[in-house]
Amino acid sequence: MSERKIIIEPVTRVEGHGKVTILLDENQQVTQARLHIVEFRGFERFIQGRPYWEIPVLVQRLCGICPVSHHLAAAKAMDGIVGVDQLTPTAEKIRRLMHYGQMFQSHALHFFHLCSPDLLFGFDADVAIRNVVGVARKFPELAVQGVMMRKYGQEIIKATAGKKIHGTGAVPGGVNKNLSIAERDEFLKEIDQMIEWSKSALKIAKDYTFEHLDELADFGAFDSNHVSLIREDGAMDLYHGNLRAVNAEGATIFDQVDYQGYYKYIAEEVRPWSYMKFPFIKTIGPENGWYRVGPLARINTCDFIDSPEAEIARQEFMGITDGKPNNLTMAYHWARMIELLHSAEKIRDLLNDPDLQGTDLMVKGERREESVGLIEAPRGTLFHHYKVDENDQVTMANLIVSTTNNNTPMNLAVEGVAKKYLSGTEITEGLLNHVEVAIRAYDPCLSCATHALGKMPLEIELRDAAGELIDRKAR
Amino acid sequence: MKFTIDGQEIEAKPGQTIMEAADAAGIYIPRLCAHSDLKPIGSCRVCTVIVDGRPQAACVKPVAEGMVVENETPELLEHRRNIIDMMFVEGNHFCMFCERSGNCELQAMAYRFGITAPQYPFQFPPKEVDASHPDVMLDHNRCIMCARCVRASQELDGKNVFQSIGRGFDRKIGVNGEKVLADTDMSVDDRSADVCPVGCIIKKRTAFKTPIGQRLYDHQPIGSDIEEGGHE
Repeated sequence: MSERKIIIEPVTRVEGHGKVTILLDENQQVTQARLHIVEFRGFERFIQGRPYWEIPVLVQRLCGICPVSHHLAAAKAMDGIVGVDQLTPTAEKIRRLMHYGQMFQSHALHFFHLCSPDLLFGFDADVAIRNVVGVARKFPELAVQGVMMRKYGQEIIKATAGKKIHGTGAVPGGVNKNLSIAERDEFLKEIDQMIEWSKSALKIAKDYTFEHLDELADFGAFDSNHVSLIREDGAMDLYHGNLRAVNAEGATIFDQVDYQGYYKYIAEEVRPWSYMKFPFIKTIGPENGWYRVGPLARINTCDFIDSPEAEIARQEFMGITDGKPNNLTMAYHWARMIELLHSAEKIRDLLNDPDLQGTDLMVKGERREESVGLIEAPRGTLFHHYKVDENDQVTMANLIVSTTNNNTPMNLAVEGVAKKYLSGTEITEGLLNHVEVAIRAYDPCLSCATHALGKMPLEIELRDAAGELIDRKAR
Repeated sequence: MKFTIDGQEIEAKPGQTIMEAADAAGIYIPRLCAHSDLKPIGSCRVCTVIVDGRPQAACVKPVAEGMVVENETPELLEHRRNIIDMMFVEGNHFCMFCERSGNCELQAMAYRFGITAPQYPFQFPPKEVDASHPDVMLDHNRCIMCARCVRASQELDGKNVFQSIGRGFDRKIGVNGEKVLADTDMSVDDRSADVCPVGCIIKKRTAFKTPIGQRLYDHQPIGSDIEEGGHE
């Protein structure tokens, strides 16, 4: 059988560097799509031997976009290592504020800088216009809002972690600072504006989805399971909770699972062509047990959102699928903007909570050997699992990052789009763009570089079964 | 007794070193192995000055009447910068996750000298971590061989926990010869646990408790205390 490979690399406007290979059969039909993650990071190995208290600061270097997520997931794991199950109210709320600030800035960055060019100009628009500079030219107010919202979130991170990127706020058993009255008052001045802007961003995503529902229903959409943390009462909780998994119809697979035992429910499969593993729900198996995480999964799994305006938005979102899980890849954007609004509302509530000025920051407990920390990062559920020996040195680390959880869904989304938009052996800009848009919906964190201007050289190669280059297109 | 540093006339007491007299006059001479509570050994050479035309370590050289000392010349600044640079590449200094960041004299010295990246190739030497002691950890990756711990243990603690062992590039700080810290009479309250200028000797479970913004060198470069003291 004669097979052809089409390779697209690097994928622009995702957080990092990826490469797409589309495999064709002799009839030029798509047989499979593979999103390769080319980076090998090695963190799980090289943190072995380091003292446990260093880990929350060390592992956040995995990423410059959502370091707070790694910082907090590791800190939560290390809370367990120092035997702390319950932080002081001030410590937990400071961490939550840091996390909502992170969620707010990351979602704003993704929507305004990375995704909005696709929605505002259309997937087929010239890349020379379809970028953040194009948005700034045609929709200057929107671009300014995006910058200001990101800045607001970053300033919250700085106030709680000491730095906008790679701070030190969370320490095993607590935090190292509270929020001063002066800092709080600065944030309170702008929070109502942030909520308003979040609502208008939400409206753009929602209107877009409604207007293009027919087209999007066929764009990289597929049924899947959904996994996220959930509060004990079923509310969305981005900082802490138990694990819940539902299937494409909304039926429960598991619920209120203590994540300390996550490995009894979730396993990872290795495939030879990717450094990234493929996680799946054990009871269902690798073939059908894969799942989505992130904004779409979180809206699909939760029973309600405990902030009023985001809850109204969630009900509207669930309305188009009669309360069942939404399985459209492009619905991620809408779901992400509901979370943007939710984060802004939670920031407002926290800023009005006097516990943030408390001075009881740390708790001590009895040392343990093993602990797991989970958090809902902007891109999805993030797992940190450590073992620490009697000398305080890490002996084992297992990290399942959000993008890894979304590995199979991203491959399927690319495959679906390729099947629809590839015609013959002609490599079109349209195919290129649509594949990118599908990947970008998942906001994947492929490494640590941003290509927000869409100017990275983009190359597609067509190769025959023998690996010979028969066509190439670059921009 | 009078002498000059960079043309400025300085008053000194008999027996004072150039560094002591300069400190009292509010002139900062950079240093890493020197510590005000310990006997100087002139080891790191960061405090090198030109005394009457010859290079000398300011921490050990006594002042003499009429001495002409050069401190802030372009050549000396370059020389010191190179020494600091070499310390970075001869160890494994990862400031980004080191708990001494912001309180580290080596890092602060690099900032003072405007070093943003080393000019020499990294050596990546294999170094050990000794976490055997319940309260104190030794991360040899970050050691700069200043021997402050050796002197503090002997001079201030009346112990002999640390020694310099080996020669040349293989020289390292040993504990009771080739043993580990848990085998020694080291206590977390020893002065030797306090004098390390870098993140080599660290007290366990104290990391990152000082928020960014409140650390020693977050707002003022190293040496500012001496420079400000002299102006008063």
